[in-house]
Amino acid sequence: MISQLTVFLENHKGRLAGVCRSIADAGINMSALLLADTEDFGVLRVFCDRPEAAASTLRDEGFRASVTSVLGVQVPNRSGGLADLLEFLDKEGVNVEYAYCFSISADFALNALKVSDGAVERRLAEAGWRLVTDEEIHGLG
Amino acid sequence: MYYQPEIETMARKDLCSLQGERLKRLASYVYERIPFYRKAFDGAGVSPDDIKGLEDITRLPFTVKQDLRDAYPFEMFAVPNAEVVRIHASSGTTGNATVVGYTSQDLENWADCFARFLVAAGGSADSIVQVAYGYGLFTGGLGAHQGGEALGCTVIPLSSGNTRRQIQLMHDFASDILCCTPSYALHIAESAREEGFDPAKDFKVSAAILGAEPCSEGMRREIEEKLGARVHDIYGLSEVMGPGVACECGCQQGLHVCEDHFIVEVVDPETLNPVADGQWGEAVFTTLTKQASPLIRYRTRDITRIIEGACACGRTFRRIDRIAGRTDDMLIIRGVNVFPSQIEEVITQFTDITAQYQIILTSKGPLDRVELQVETVADFPFDEVRRLEALKKEISRELKSNLQVAIDVKIVEPKTIARSEGKAKRIVDLREGRQG
Ligand SMILES: [Zn+2]
Repeated sequence: MISQLTVFLENHKGRLAGVCRSIADAGINMSALLLADTEDFGVLRVFCDRPEAAASTLRDEGFRASVTSVLGVQVPNRSGGLADLLEFLDKEGVNVEYAYCFSISADFALNALKVSDGAVERRLAEAGWRLVTDEEIHGLG
Repeated sequence: MYYQPEIETMARKDLCSLQGERLKRLASYVYERIPFYRKAFDGAGVSPDDIKGLEDITRLPFTVKQDLRDAYPFEMFAVPNAEVVRIHASSGTTGNATVVGYTSQDLENWADCFARFLVAAGGSADSIVQVAYGYGLFTGGLGAHQGGEALGCTVIPLSSGNTRRQIQLMHDFASDILCCTPSYALHIAESAREEGFDPAKDFKVSAAILGAEPCSEGMRREIEEKLGARVHDIYGLSEVMGPGVACECGCQQGLHVCEDHFIVEVVDPETLNPVADGQWGEAVFTTLTKQASPLIRYRTRDITRIIEGACACGRTFRRIDRIAGRTDDMLIIRGVNVFPSQIEEVITQFTDITAQYQIILTSKGPLDRVELQVETVADFPFDEVRRLEALKKEISRELKSNLQVAIDVKIVEPKTIARSEGKAKRIVDLREGRQG
């Protein structure tokens, strides 16, 4: 599992910039960022080094921030790579709350998934999936 | 157990005809004796002869607090001072005090009303009643005192304050029933605990008859737990009589109104039309038997509703709900009356959100738009958009079914909702032509 920094944001001008500035001022490096937004609020998901420190800094500044465990799976950077992974999880009876995906090299993409059952991680490894650790992710930045 | 079973369990039909008879008599009584009412009746085009029964009450004019202030001090008395044996008055923080007179018959009726509820709270002639309401112009102390004496209880007239002494005597005298305000009852219970007492074990007190202040269900449970006694909410404002106009029985499902002495109506505070039973509105009281300070359709500004159906205790007096707020706090949203306390009630049902909330009213063309801002509790799994959306929908649905008004729910970041010192500003009215 990898640690994802999660921040609840109202859709107000400048809030996203505020989060990024706070994280930067705390000397924390971000390697990936994704904003899921709805009509009146957004949920920011961030990979960074020292996610717990980032969450605590943000909370002190009045943000609602926490650290969430998500599954990090490396898939080949080719069409069908993600579909294979999702089918595997489906067969295992695991629900995916949300997922996002970004390329980390010409050859590989990283899938981050919030799943209903974290224990599936072991079964993924046994089936030959390559799981990503916190250290690898944070090394990306 | 009843204090006056023949009255408290009277058949509804008989009670209504008794009210009709008394209303008829009252209309002539005030018309003949109080110039204010003669003028008001004439102005409304109604004569006492038009009042033939209970249903004619809606033809009568209303009385408001300002009318009583304008009558300061004794203009509203229906009897000469020789017949007035006592005066009570409400504080005059905004303008003149409202002064109420009582004949000895008025005091006897009041004592009976209070005594009924002492019995409903499990009291009897054997009970020791500790009165920790203030004695004086305020009706609480003497109201509870004379009720206890009427029942033959042993009354301890401690008045309010001197909490150490309250606790000492509650223990030494083994008081059975405590009468005071809810906040003071809580203070007594907490102070007793600080002094090392466990009220539930060390005190004999089994019931507390609490009034003169609003008391939420949460506060009631807290007092009951800390004091180890059942809490009975009692209602009554000095203009109408004092504590004992209405009170809860052992069922704690609404306050029985002493309908032999009072007619209660619930009206829409804007249109002044009576609302259907079960609907919230302003409580309006007519005093049926008061000799010195009778009132016709007195608007209390207190928000309540009639609780439909019969009570398991066997009393036939109709019940009103606990006071949900003041008409001054009422919002009219798309023509529907909404009280902040109703919104609060819905919010407290949701454990995923905090008690902090704010209501923002704006105009959306000709329509009012209402936004309720809430914060999730810190450990809510807010990383899942679906969960946040579901929570919003659920709160919205609950509000709609409780208030009959569509309210947009917005989940906001913590501390968005301003926390001012003391009371938070719960309502921001940005609609055109209104003051924020
Ligand atoms: Zn009852």
